[in-house]
Formats: sequence, C-alpha cells, structure tokens
Amino acid sequence: MLRLIMNDILGTPAILVGLFALIGLLLQKKAIAEVVSGTLKTIMGFIILGAGATVLVGALNLFGQMFEEAFHIKGIIPNNEAIVALAQETFGTETAMIMVFGMIVNILLARYTKFKYIFLTGHHTMFMACMLAAVLAASGIKGPLLVAIGSVILGALMVLMPALLQPYTRQITGSDDMAVGHFGSIGYFVSGTIGKYFGDKEKTTEEIKVPKSLGFLRDSSVALALTMALMFIIVAAFTGPTFIEKELSGGTNFIVFSLTQAITFAGGVYIVLAGVRMVIAEIVPAFKGIADKVVPNAKPALDCPVVFPFAPNAVIIGFLSSFVAGVVSMFILPIFGLAIIVPGLVPHFFTGAAAGVFGNATGGRRGAILGSLANGLIISFLPALLLPVLGSLGFNGTTFGDADFGIVGILLGNLLKLF
Amino acid sequence: MKILVVCGNGLGSSFMMSMNVQKAMKELNMEGTCSHTDLASAKTENADYYIGAPEIMDQLNDGNRKIISLVNMFSMDEIKKALTTHVLEGR
Repeated sequence: MLRLIMNDILGTPAILVGLFALIGLLLQKKAIAEVVSGTLKTIMGFIILGAGATVLVGALNLFGQMFEEAFHIKGIIPNNEAIVALAQETFGTETAMIMVFGMIVNILLARYTKFKYIFLTGHHTMFMACMLAAVLAASGIKGPLLVAIGSVILGALMVLMPALLQPYTRQITGSDDMAVGHFGSIGYFVSGTIGKYFGDKEKTTEEIKVPKSLGFLRDSSVALALTMALMFIIVAAFTGPTFIEKELSGGTNFIVFSLTQAITFAGGVYIVLAGVRMVIAEIVPAFKGIADKVVPNAKPALDCPVVFPFAPNAVIIGFLSSFVAGVVSMFILPIFGLAIIVPGLVPHFFTGAAAGVFGNATGGRRGAILGSLANGLIISFLPALLLPVLGSLGFNGTTFGDADFGIVGILLGNLLKLF
Repeated sequence: MKILVVCGNGLGSSFMMSMNVQKAMKELNMEGTCSHTDLASAKTENADYYIGAPEIMDQLNDGNRKIISLVNMFSMDEIKKALTTHVLEGR
C-alpha cells in the first residue's frame, strides 16, 4: 500500500499535479462537476506537456547536428517550454512538489515578513521549480531534502524578485498596488539601474514615432516559427545539402526539410504551452484564493506584459535593442569557449520589451536602449553559463531563456560544489 | 455567453485578467463563462467577446469579432466599466 502511494501515485507526476489541483478545488469549495473536470484537465495538461516534448525533441536534435556539422561548435536554443517539457520525464515529481510547496513558502513569507508579494505567474513558478530540481539533482541531492531546499529557494525568489523591482515598478505604474512577478527580473533591474545612472527620464520614448508593424510578434507561435525558420535555413545553408540530404532528411531537399523541422519545433512548443496552461489553470486560482484569505494587504506580482501599456514605444525599442545584443553575443560567446545561444524572438521580445519599459521609466530613451542592450547580453551569456550546472539535462540542445533562471542556477550550482 | 481573454502567450497576463473578469462577472450578476488563450488559438476559437491589451485586440479585430480593449489590464474598475458598457448595455 505504501509502495503504491509513494511510487505510483506520488511518483507519477501527472497524477501528483492532479492531486494538487483536486485539493485546490476542494479548498475553494467548487461544485462537484468543476472539481472532476478541473482535476482531469490538470492531469491531461501534464500528459499534453509530455506529448509536446516528443514532437519538438526530434527537431531540436536535428538542429544540433546541423549546427555542429556547420560550425564545429554547439548551438543551443534557449526555450523554457522545451527544456521544462524534456525535464518532466526525469524531474516531473520533484518539479510538481517544489512548485506547490514553493507557493506555500511564498504565502508564509508574505504573511510574516514585510514582503507582501504573491507571485501569480504560474508558468514561471513551474519552470523555476524544474530548474531548481535539475540543479539540485545534478549536485547529488535527492528525495525530501531536494524538495525542501528547492521549495524554500523558490518561495524566497517569489517574494524577493518582485521586491527588488518594486522601486522601479512604482515609477512605471505610478502606484504601489501591484508588482512584477516574472523570472526575467535581473535583466529588468539592470536595465532600470542603467537608466537611472546613464539616462535622462525627461526624454521619454513615448515622444517619438515608432512603427507599430512589429506588433505581430506578440503572437508568440508566429514569432517562434519565424525565428526557427530563419535560424534553421541559415544553419542549413552552412551545413550544405550533401550532409543534410544524405544523413538527416532521407533525400528530401535540405531547405524544405529545414523549414518543416523549424515549424515542427514551434508546433511542439505550442503543444507544450497548451499543456502548461491546463496544468496551472486550477492550481493558480487556488493559490491566489488562499493567499487573499491569509495575507492581509497582499500585492499581486504579475507577468511582465503588465508594464507594456505604460510605454508602448519602449516595448518595441526594448525588443530591438535586446535582439541586437543577442545577435552580437552569438559571435562573442565562442571566443569565451561557451556554447552559442541562438537568439530567439520570443525571449527577446518579452524580456527585452519589459527591460525597455524599466529603462525608459528611469532614464528615458537612452535608458531604454542601453538597458535593453544589457538585458540582451544577460539573456545570451547566462543561459550558456547555466548549461554545465544542469547536469544531464544540459545536453539536450536547449536551456532556460530568462535571466533569473540563469543567475539562480549558476549561483546555486557553484555554491553546492563547495560542499 | 462566452468571454475569451487573450494575450501573446496565453499563459500569464490573460490568465490573471480572466480571474479578474470572472470576479467582475460575478459582481455584475452576469451569466456565462470566461476562459483565456494565446493569440494564434484565439483566431480560431469562437467567443461572444474578446478581451485583451489594445495591441493584441488590434490583431484580432476583423470587423466581425466583438472586441474589448483594456489599457490597464488589472484594474477591476476598468474591467467592470468595460463589461457594463460593452456587454450589459450592448454598445
């Protein structure tokens, strides 16, 4: 009986998250029909997540092979959804446990310390839980100790990162009612700080005319398919038709093959996104419901696009500057003997845009441009430096994209080496 | 009635907005469901109303869909006002 509970119920991550969703739904006193459908959908979400991983892993491997054949160096695609989906086979249980206990630590810290933040960006909570599980496991920690350490770190980050940004967030929103809860915080903090010292906030980005035509990149599946298509085709041109058609595509034309693989990758990520959405759909409202009851004056810490409407021009300028820094970094990384991080439109769009808004709030145009350039460098170098501490997970050709995953993973991984 | 909240990724902002929209619907005694999704899926999913940030709504606006743009996505007042004018008063 104990074996059934420990191995088969708690050891099957899909069932485990379903159980958490069930508890959350019961705590919110939902009707029986909602409890049943919510629990089933959560379990299904986890299974969809795994299915997405199966779709994208093939394209990821092919990209890696083509890249190495062409440039004799590793090319890595930073994509949170991809690496989290791939990690679930090994670290599914740990991820789910750290996610839920991390939320409890968040509520306790918000209740008993002056950091009243409730971190509502559920997918980032899940991704960070997964990153922590991988780094801790790579350092030889396992079982309850892994879950305990991971949950405490996660819960602490969920209040500390919004708190770190809050002085700047206040300048953007003009109020203290809400916070930014997104694990790209270090990039935004650096951007805000650069703006403060090197910019002039009177000369805001919102006075200049910026073309709106880049708005279609907000559609992340389009943006991802586009980046991957460009990258695959450029790399394919360097790899050459002979190798691809003989070794990889089974005779299909190398450009057509690369294009379909690129879009297969984007399709896989789309599936993973749908899965993640279902996994967090019941857990986050339960978390919020409990937090609202337990923590007086709780401040919601929200996903980064919450700041976009405050400076729409800074969003575009920030994205472009960050992306330029990402492209430049691609050529600098190998000089330091690091893997090449292929710049993605999605991470540069979301975190570059937010960095632009932070830089603009403290330092106007110059702040937005310089701050987002810095963000672009950060999200190129940190993911490369993170790879060695991820253990076997680091060999899949993908890595975590946003700044905080990098900084936390690198610090934690190297700290654990001292013991 | 079905309301669909949309954002770029369909994970973060739209999810949080939909929790507030649901709360507002309850307070305004409105019948119906509210769910959230990403921009690409929203283009193929039918709903009575679509809610989101102005840049996102610009891309969904094909003249047939009923769209509601929210500037401050998390202000309960703005959400309630938008639901009242667009849905209840049918403007």
